[in-house]
Amino acid sequence: MQVYEAPLRDMRFVLDELWEEDGFGKLEALEEFDSDLTSAILEEAAKFSREVLLPLNRSGDEEGCTLENGVVRTPEGFKDAYKQFTESGWSALASDPEYGGQGLPERVNKLVEEMTCSTNLSFGLYPGLTHGGSIAIEAHATEDLKNFYLPKMISGEWSGTMCLTEAHCGTDLGLLRTKADPQDDGSYKISGAKIFISAGDHDLSDNIIHLVLARLPDAPKGVKGISLFLVPKFLPKDDGSVGPSNGVTCTAIEHKMGIKASATCQMQFEESTGWLVGEPHKGMAAMFTMMNAERLSVGIQGLGIGEAAYQSAVWYAKDRLQGRSLSGAKHPDKPADPIIVHPDVRRMLMTMRANNEGCRMLGAWVARALDAEKHATDPEVRQRASDFVALMTPVVKALFTDLGHENANLAVQVYGGHGYIRESGVEQYARDARIAMIYEGTNGIQALDLVGRKLGAHTGRYLRSFFHPVSDFIEASKGDGPMKPMIEGLEKAFGALQLSTATIAQRGLKDPEEAGAAATEYLRLMGLVAMGYCFARATMISGMKLAFGTEEKEFYDAKIKTATFYFERILPQVSAHFLSIKAGKKSMMALEEHAF
Amino acid sequence: MKILVPVKRVIDYNLKPRIKADGSGVDLANIKMSMNPFDEIALEEAVRIKEAGKAEEVVAVSIGPAKAGSDTLKSARAIGADRAIHVETDEEVEPLAVAKILKAIVDEEQPQLVIMGKQAIDDDNNQTGQMLAALLGRPQGTFASKVEIDGDHVAVTREVDGGLETVRLALPAVVTTDLRLNEPRFPALPNIIKAAKKPMSTKSPADYGVDTAPRLKTLKVAEPPVRQAGEIVPDVDTLVAKLKAMGAV
Repeated sequence: MQVYEAPLRDMRFVLDELWEEDGFGKLEALEEFDSDLTSAILEEAAKFSREVLLPLNRSGDEEGCTLENGVVRTPEGFKDAYKQFTESGWSALASDPEYGGQGLPERVNKLVEEMTCSTNLSFGLYPGLTHGGSIAIEAHATEDLKNFYLPKMISGEWSGTMCLTEAHCGTDLGLLRTKADPQDDGSYKISGAKIFISAGDHDLSDNIIHLVLARLPDAPKGVKGISLFLVPKFLPKDDGSVGPSNGVTCTAIEHKMGIKASATCQMQFEESTGWLVGEPHKGMAAMFTMMNAERLSVGIQGLGIGEAAYQSAVWYAKDRLQGRSLSGAKHPDKPADPIIVHPDVRRMLMTMRANNEGCRMLGAWVARALDAEKHATDPEVRQRASDFVALMTPVVKALFTDLGHENANLAVQVYGGHGYIRESGVEQYARDARIAMIYEGTNGIQALDLVGRKLGAHTGRYLRSFFHPVSDFIEASKGDGPMKPMIEGLEKAFGALQLSTATIAQRGLKDPEEAGAAATEYLRLMGLVAMGYCFARATMISGMKLAFGTEEKEFYDAKIKTATFYFERILPQVSAHFLSIKAGKKSMMALEEHAF
Repeated sequence: MKILVPVKRVIDYNLKPRIKADGSGVDLANIKMSMNPFDEIALEEAVRIKEAGKAEEVVAVSIGPAKAGSDTLKSARAIGADRAIHVETDEEVEPLAVAKILKAIVDEEQPQLVIMGKQAIDDDNNQTGQMLAALLGRPQGTFASKVEIDGDHVAVTREVDGGLETVRLALPAVVTTDLRLNEPRFPALPNIIKAAKKPMSTKSPADYGVDTAPRLKTLKVAEPPVRQAGEIVPDVDTLVAKLKAMGAV
């Protein structure tokens, strides 16, 4: 059964307690959003997601989207839910108040996103893409375009998409063929076909604003010849009402493994009127503004599904009576013990729990960096925050979605045969979570981004934004206290990360394939260390709370137990990844291609 | 016109209550609490009346522990109450004491209309509204499924056993709400943000001169007995025989 209550206590922990000293300092611009206000926002978001979005998750998956007479219809109930979502202002959450947004800090926004993804990933994609599109428009479009389009996108009246992929090019966008012909009035005529366009067409909003990558006639070959265009489905009239059709059609929708209630469309643009966003031939840079924000959000999708899978598994493990505890019956009054008594079921539940808490803590840190990047008054802090976001974006995207999928698989396993049956609801999580490892740049691409672009950037400056806080923490926490084993474990894992970094830097310079061969393991290793650092901090804070007396003994006690599990049963994976990295590419590349 | 809406903080309606091991009451430790759903309906109705231009101010009141002020009354302001009064007490307050405190507040605030839930889902007493009307000497319209303000009167459609009954009350009056009156909204984000800035005053029962000492004594709280499995009998004769054997007929 799909069970979900927003983990509000843990969210308040990462928001108010864990990162009080985050190294970025207090942000005056965000003072209005104190703990009282943010917890009220989180509570209402929790209620909305539980009562409106969750009930549509299974039914949306069963029904899916349909294409009839060129129009995409979303599953029953989605239209009403979207209306409630936008009218309640949730679509405007993180957007700029200048265009009607609520200007909430990212640290709150990311937690609300998590709830949306936990309760209905498919639904979340529609407003999610609109938000991503509005970010790119805000950063790169002309004032006229911004003033005209942003208020309606932020209110959710109009939605957005990003149209990158074509049938023959996904990862390698340099190959794309969609054309843009300049017109005398300064607009362009866009023609071409796109595939895999999430929310490309649907019945939720009055208009759909596509951000389309295309080539100008004089464009150089490859990625340096791509420009970004804003192309509405319906050409708006001057008063902002929806006008005639703009030659944008959905020719087919994909039949997918998961996120079935999200319309994934093939789109045809036939001399559709569009406007340039940003500089000619600089479309990739403009698109990456959107892409980087989206990658963090996709990471949160992994966490969201991971949390829902965990809660659903816990519910079943307590409910399902089967066999007796190995140490003697725990519930002699019942015909059998609930399966939660078994160590192997505990292994799965604790792994899921630790994955979720670890990702939530790390995600909260990155979200604070996003806020500091935007609002810190000291330019040095802004730079450091920005470096940290750049470094952690691929880690959050790949690590969170890998672990989210691991959690979904574990949930199916906890349910046993019943997990493989649709009605149980948990196999949906496994199918839905799978896409997050693929879109917005596959997790392999994320790993390449980390080792190829982020490690060496500015002679390791990005890396320092992460390494310094960790090593400072280890130095400051050394000693014979109760934290000793944890700090030693963290120090060892951090040492492995530093060594791996040096190995990759050294070998990668001579042979880029060596860096490529180490990338995935390296990203995971960095993620494991980052979560270890978070768990160590959490343990320290929880220990203090318990020592000084608290009414929430149960919460802090559980936090320490989960952290201890993480250090003893998950963090040791660092050694295996370290050894794989050390072994290098040789065995990976040895087999001749024809032998496959 | 001013509308007063009392709201109670109760165990969340999605949860299954657990009884304390010593049978002294329901275990509320670490339990999610929310606004009583009937009160949410009352508040929604008050806000709709205000939005229709028939009232100027909606004041929410809650009597209970600190959290009733920080959580329940914050939600109330997010839904649309203009300000809040929190009467803080950690003691259990029985319907009569609640009604007395509310009477004192009504005397002070002089609202034309008091709208409240017909009952709270924790104790299911269904008494406070009626007691308040009696203490005030004002007309009451209970179990409302429709409320229409008409000048200095209010027409209340009541859900009674035989169907619907409509009463016309002279204002000021007390109305208690039934489930079908309306469907409460989800608070909009801008209103949640604004709610933090709307005023709230904190009082104690003593400020209103009300003695909240319980008049009733709870002897024991227990789970309802587990239902016994049924039995399908082949015919009426067997049924009658069985019933006779059980001494039921």
